[in-house]
Formats: sequence, structure tokens, C-alpha cells
Amino acid sequence: MSSIFNLPDVGEGLTEAEILAWKVGPGSTVAVNDVLLEIETAKSVVELPSPFEGTVEQLLAEEGATVEVGQPLVAVAVAGEPSGTAEAAPAGEEGAPPEASRPAPEGAAPEISTPAPEEPEGQAARSGSEGGSETAALVGSGPKADPVKRRARRRTTSSPAAAAPPAAQPAATAPAGPAATGLAGRLGGGGLGANLAERARRLAEGGRDALNRLPGRAAEEPMPTASAHRTVPSEPPRRPALAKPPVRKAAKEMGVDLAHVPATGAQGQVTHRDLLNYTAHSQDLGEAKPGDFWVSASQQAGDRIERIPVKGVRKATAKAVSKSAFEAPHVSIFVDVDASRTMEFVKRLKASPSFEGVKVTPLLILAKAVIWATARNPQVNSAWTESEILIKRYINLGIAAATPRGLLVPNIKDAQDLSLKELAIALDSLTKIAREGKTQPADMTGGTMTVTNIGALGIDTGTPIINAGEAAIIAFGTIKQKPWVVDGEVIPRWVTTLGGSFDHRILDGDLSARFMADVAAVMEEPALLLDM
Amino acid sequence: MAEQPETQHPGAGAGRLRRVSILGEDGRRGSDPDFDAYLEDVTLEDLKASYRSMLTVRRFDDEVTALQRQGKLALWAPARGQEAAQVGAALAMLPQDQVFPSYREHALAYERGVDLKEMLSVFRGYSGGGWDPTAHNFHLYTFVLAAQIPQAVGYAMGQRLDARLGLGQDPAEGSEPPATIVCFGDGSSTQGEAHESMVFAASYDAPVLFFVQNNQWAISVPFSTQSRLPLAERAAGYGFEGIRVDGNDLLAVRAVTAYALEKIRRGEGPVLIEAETYRLGAHTTADDPTKYRTREEEDGWAAKDPLVRLERHLRAEEVEDAFFEAASEAAQEYGREVRDAVLAMEPPEFAEYFDTVYAEANTLVEQDRAWFQQYEAGFDDAAQEDPR
Repeated sequence: MSSIFNLPDVGEGLTEAEILAWKVGPGSTVAVNDVLLEIETAKSVVELPSPFEGTVEQLLAEEGATVEVGQPLVAVAVAGEPSGTAEAAPAGEEGAPPEASRPAPEGAAPEISTPAPEEPEGQAARSGSEGGSETAALVGSGPKADPVKRRARRRTTSSPAAAAPPAAQPAATAPAGPAATGLAGRLGGGGLGANLAERARRLAEGGRDALNRLPGRAAEEPMPTASAHRTVPSEPPRRPALAKPPVRKAAKEMGVDLAHVPATGAQGQVTHRDLLNYTAHSQDLGEAKPGDFWVSASQQAGDRIERIPVKGVRKATAKAVSKSAFEAPHVSIFVDVDASRTMEFVKRLKASPSFEGVKVTPLLILAKAVIWATARNPQVNSAWTESEILIKRYINLGIAAATPRGLLVPNIKDAQDLSLKELAIALDSLTKIAREGKTQPADMTGGTMTVTNIGALGIDTGTPIINAGEAAIIAFGTIKQKPWVVDGEVIPRWVTTLGGSFDHRILDGDLSARFMADVAAVMEEPALLLDM
Repeated sequence: MAEQPETQHPGAGAGRLRRVSILGEDGRRGSDPDFDAYLEDVTLEDLKASYRSMLTVRRFDDEVTALQRQGKLALWAPARGQEAAQVGAALAMLPQDQVFPSYREHALAYERGVDLKEMLSVFRGYSGGGWDPTAHNFHLYTFVLAAQIPQAVGYAMGQRLDARLGLGQDPAEGSEPPATIVCFGDGSSTQGEAHESMVFAASYDAPVLFFVQNNQWAISVPFSTQSRLPLAERAAGYGFEGIRVDGNDLLAVRAVTAYALEKIRRGEGPVLIEAETYRLGAHTTADDPTKYRTREEEDGWAAKDPLVRLERHLRAEEVEDAFFEAASEAAQEYGREVRDAVLAMEPPEFAEYFDTVYAEANTLVEQDRAWFQQYEAGFDDAAQEDPR
């Protein structure tokens, strides 16, 4: 008989985790405490050890999937017991009849008829362990999986003589309706699956008030608040969104109002995936449905302005750029560059065996060019104080990165000491860490100059704002084929635009221009890097 | 890339106190003019027993961490790496001494005779206590940082008053007066309670040993941020002795603890020992140390593993392989027992909580208990068994 390992809460109050990597596959033999898989939670990356000894039958979640706590991860045929189907374990209610045609196994039936959807996992676990010797217990869903004793309350507590009237136990007697039992029946009494489907259906139809319903209240009995709510049809279609704390946090950071996100969670909650889908959708198709965005003039004025609290990275970014823009007079210059040789160079590096496995991009060449040009024009790598100009004889090269947390500028420390390959590796790991939202504060302090890769967004150029405390920033535009005049003939070349902003208190136009020309020269002829 | 992280405070210093060290990282035993005398009674058998304890608790720690990862426990705070500090200190304690732990003193608990399996009922959420503190004079784990320090000092002040009245001394325990040992970490040392406790302990000559395991990290805050000087230096400010010791050196910890307790028993007031060690694992199972410390740092400390060091020493003393094999097998067996015990745990009856509200019978509690029993009886169990 196979046993199921459900995702436990490995932190304190975590609700879900992402499957990073499986260390076993179907057929693998595992001992107790052998590592099965690696997961990432909101707090940490952890390895989950096997609670069973036996043979892995089936992986029940894919790599990359986000799994909620309590959901099954893997089925293991436990050593010393005859193997069975993986479905057997959750099917704690497989013996439960669709109707009360025969006595229900102990603890199994209430899930189908009780309208209150509380503690179904606990009940399921119980039904698994008590509901017959054929079914394995659901294990590994945390201490919470121990059954909470939920018992129907007698209506009369003060006097046992006043026996409960028959109507006092609607929960126990009233069926939830033909649809409910019918659905459960259609799913073949499929145990936990049916149970979840049933809950999802009830929640989708009944809405949140089903959650508020007390055990013992009939399904038909409307909640006063809910009915009051429904009698106001003109109310704007705002509903309080259900979501777990990590999702709420992510939504807050993304500036997304969860009420707008379509929810697919089993309890009607917005899941992490829903949020990602929504944001991806709103970026791709932001223009597609303007009707959802514009609010007509007939609405109250207050409804036509959306207020987003300024905090976190947004607030820090705003503060930093204002300080820089107002305190440092910017001089900005631009230059178009034929980067065809850079493209050729990148292509050759990619093919080169010594760069195997290393990510090579035009940004790498630009970063190298900036370091090269800085050595020739050291004043760009400096900082202004009222009494002194500090010229840095090292370069901590910042790379502006759009991350889930907002704009961050982690920097590569002592970039001047790195070979081209080391720089490539450093760039790759810096962007990866930033994209994963794992950039540490120390990675963002001590920068001396910055590159912003606006080309990644398909933009030709822009006026960058100097990262506060530095004297120069380079904007790297998109590289695309454009008509270019060579020896009087127009031919297609790979062209990009480099933009730079410089602190005019330190650098005058000529120095800025010389620096930009040096950077451009390398992009036009990367062989100049040999002169380092 | 040799950028030095700005963790060292510009005002940081090494302090005046030397760090007592006897057992080198290579397992070779050195000597210390001040503290050698406190090791004269330690035999090779004692060291072998200590090794067995440390190995058993290490195995216990690993098994419990796995159990938490399998959803069997709500939380776990591993003591991995701090075993020598705890076992070494325990070696110098007497049964009548009162120990006030934080929540990471698993090896010390084991040495005091606490059943670690019973302890896990706390981490499974089945018990608010876990063991009888009077059975081994080992008080309950305190999860509120530093809260045990004033309690321990208060207890020690009571011990002193008892001694003046000629109370509190069991003739069966010999002539040695009892002392109090309070354990806490570098993180708790920054709490206000720690400071207040030391002031009171000094003022009242409380027979208390402040045993600090400096494991270098207060969750994610490095020690260099918490203090400019070694913590042992602080004792001078309160007017009592502070001792720095290599916390991964079983012999040195044993020696300085024996010295400190002897002084405390003489009535000379408190002593602070800072055992410099390292938390090789996570703060708790809800923590990911890779987010705040480097692989190099962890590797550096792994090389100083107290268990490895003691094994080197024992092997140099020609302890035979059979001993290590037997110790390892016993530890494995203990791990299995721990697993079985956790899986077999039963949740408590709620009514049990009424038993421990007061030490003696209390009419209000009895009323509450009666109300609760009536409430419990008010559930219709029949309806649960057959809802139709």
C-alpha cells in the first residue's frame, strides 16, 4: 500500500512552497530521511527528507509547481507492504456511498453532507486512519494534521432534561442538496479529491459567507450580512479578496489590488499563480480592455483616482532619484554606435570552449568597455562632497535591474580586477540573484558607477539619472539593425545608442564626451580591450 | 573581490581577557597554568562518556530536524556545533545545582537526565512544559529571549537567603551548597533583562553563573554588530569576573566552569563565562542561514567541530575503534527511538491544563475545570458517529 507524503509547513505558518528539484523519481528506493526533493518557501530553500522507507511510485507535483501545505508530493510504496495504487491513500472515503444507502464508514461521511467546510484535511486524515484498514493514513501534513475534534454541539447545555428538538440539528440531518451529493457521486466518491472539488464548488457559488457559517447552521439558512449585501445591486463590484500572507505581500509590492485578480484557489483564494497570471496579463494586454480601466464621468470623482501608497523600494527609488536629480546638475550626452563587431565578438565568445556554460551578452562587452574607459578617464568614477572630489581607484560597477521588488542597483565589487570571463559570471549571478529577489543590502552599497540596460526593454535611449553618490551612469539602448553609411553606401549594421549622464559639478562636457567616445570606440572595436 | 564586509565596528577591540583553550583543533591537549587543576579529576572514561553524549545529541538533533521537515514537529532549534560547550559545562555541575536553559540546551538537558523524547512534546505542540523541572533541577525551556535570566538570578538570590537561614541544603547532597546556572546566547545578551540581572546578581552576591554560548549569530545579526568587545569583558563593568573560553573545547569549558562554580559556591557572587562556539545549523527550522552568512565562514567553523576535535583527542589517547563503532551504533539506535517516540505521541487532554495553573488546589480553578467538563459533555458525540 502506498503512503503519501504531503507538503508540511516547514517554517512557522507557511502556506505554500515551490518545488525546486526532485532528487528521486518513480522507482527510486528510499530510506527514512533520504532527501526526496528541494523546495523553496517564502522563507528559505529546504530539503525534505523521506518519512518512509520503500520505493517511490509516483511524483505528485512537478518541478516549478507551487504546492499548498497539506497537498500531496509523492507516493511511496512502503517497504514490507504490498504495493497499491497511489490514489489509494487520499481516497479515504472511497467506501462512502453517494447517498445514505448504507452506513457510512466512521468519520468518512460527514464531509459530504456537512455544509461547514471546516478542517476537511483533518477529517480526511482521520477518515484515512479510521475509515478502514484498506487505506493508508495521510501523513506528513504537519502537526496540524492531527484530527481536531469537531463535534456537533448539543443546543441545550444548561439542562439535559430539555432534550434537543429535532430541528436543532440541521447540520447533521439536512443534505447539502442534490447537486452536492450528485457531484460527489459523479467523482466516484473520490475521497479527498471529491471533497476539495465539493468545497471549491460550494465556495465558488456560496462565496465567502460559507466560511462564516457556523457548524450546525443549515446550508439554506442565509447569513444576514450576506443577504443584506446582495440586496444592494448598485454597489460597486468590489469583493474582499481572500489570499494568503505571502500573496498579499507580493501583491502589495507589485501594487496590485487583489480584488481585481481572478481567484482559482480551492477556497476561492487568490493564489500566487493567479497573481503572476494577472500581472503578466495586465502587462501584455494592458490596452486590450480599456473598458476595465477607464471609469466614466458618471461615477463619483473619488472612484476615478487610484491611490497607491508610496513605500518600500518605490519610496527609496523616488528619494534617491530626486536627491540625485536635484543635487547633481546632470549633463547628458548620446552617441550612436555601430556595434556590429561587438555582436560578432559576442557570437564568437559564445562559441568559444573557454566560455562554455558562461552567459555572454552585449552588456558584458559594454561593462568591460566602461571599465576600460574609466581607467582612461578616472574622473567619471568619483563622488562629490562639498569640500572634495573623491576619485575612486576601484570600480564597483552597478547594474540597474528591474526586479520583483522594484528597481535595484546591485553592484559588482572591484570589477576592475575581473577577467572577461569572471565579469560574465559575476554579471550573470548578479542578475539572477536580483531577479530572484535575493539581493542583499551589502550588494547594493558602495557602488561607484552604474550601467542601466534599457535596451532589454527595446528602448533606443533615454536620459538616465545618476545613482546617488556617484558621478556617471551609462544607458545602454537596444541593438538592432539599422541603415548605416559606410564609405558612402547605406548598408544594414547592428546599431545601438549609448546615453550617459554625468555630474556637472565634477565633469564638464569635454570629459564626459571623451569618456563616452572611449566607450563607443570599444563597442565599435572590442579588440581595443586588448589594451588593458 | 577582496572587499571586506563592513561588519567590524570601528570601535571593536579584542579586549583584555585571554581566551582559555586546552584542547587544540588537532585534538592535542595543551596546558593552562590557571585551569589545569580543574581537570585533574577528569578521567579518560569521563571523556568517552562525554563523546557518547555529544554524538547521541548530534544524532538526535539530525533526526529531529528531519522529523520537522516531515511535518511531525512544528519547529526545531538545532544545537549542532554547541555540544562541547554544553556537555563541558554539565560535567562541572552538581545534581543540586539549578539550571535555567534557553531553548537550545539539548546536550545540557541530556546530561542532566532530561528525556529528550519527552522534550519533543513541546515542539510538537502537545505540551507547554515537556518535563518535570524538579526531577533534574533543569528548568523549562524559555522561548522568550532572556526571560530566564532575571528568573535565574531571583532564584539564586533565594538560594543565598536559604543558605543564611541554613535552609535548602539536603545533607544527602554533601557539603557543597547549590548554585544556579543560567544559559543564554549572544543575542539575548543584548536584551535589557540581561543587564538588569547582572546588576542585581552583583549587588546581592547571587550564586549564579551566567553561561553565555556565543554562537556568533543572533538569528541573522552577526556578533560583530551586537558587541564591540567579547561579552566576557562586560562582567568587569558589573564588578564580577568574566572568562572567555573556546566553547568547542570540552576540556577548557569543563575547567572554567568548575573554577567558576567553586568560586560561586564560596559565596563570592556571580561569574560570567563566554563560551565562543558556532551554530553550525540554522537558527531554527524556519530560518535559512545561507541568506546571511557565507559558505567560507561555515566551512571555517565546520573545521572546528567540537565532536571531531574530541574524537581526534580520544584516538590520540588510543581509544580503540570498537568504542567509536559502538557509540555510533548507539546514537543511530537513539535516533530511531526518537522517531518512534514522536510518531507515537498522543495529544494531551485539554483538562490536564487545569492541573498546573497553581501548585496547590485552588477553588477558582476547580470552578473553571467543572465548567469545562460540563461544556465538554455538551457535545453530541452520537451525532458525530452517525450524522444521518
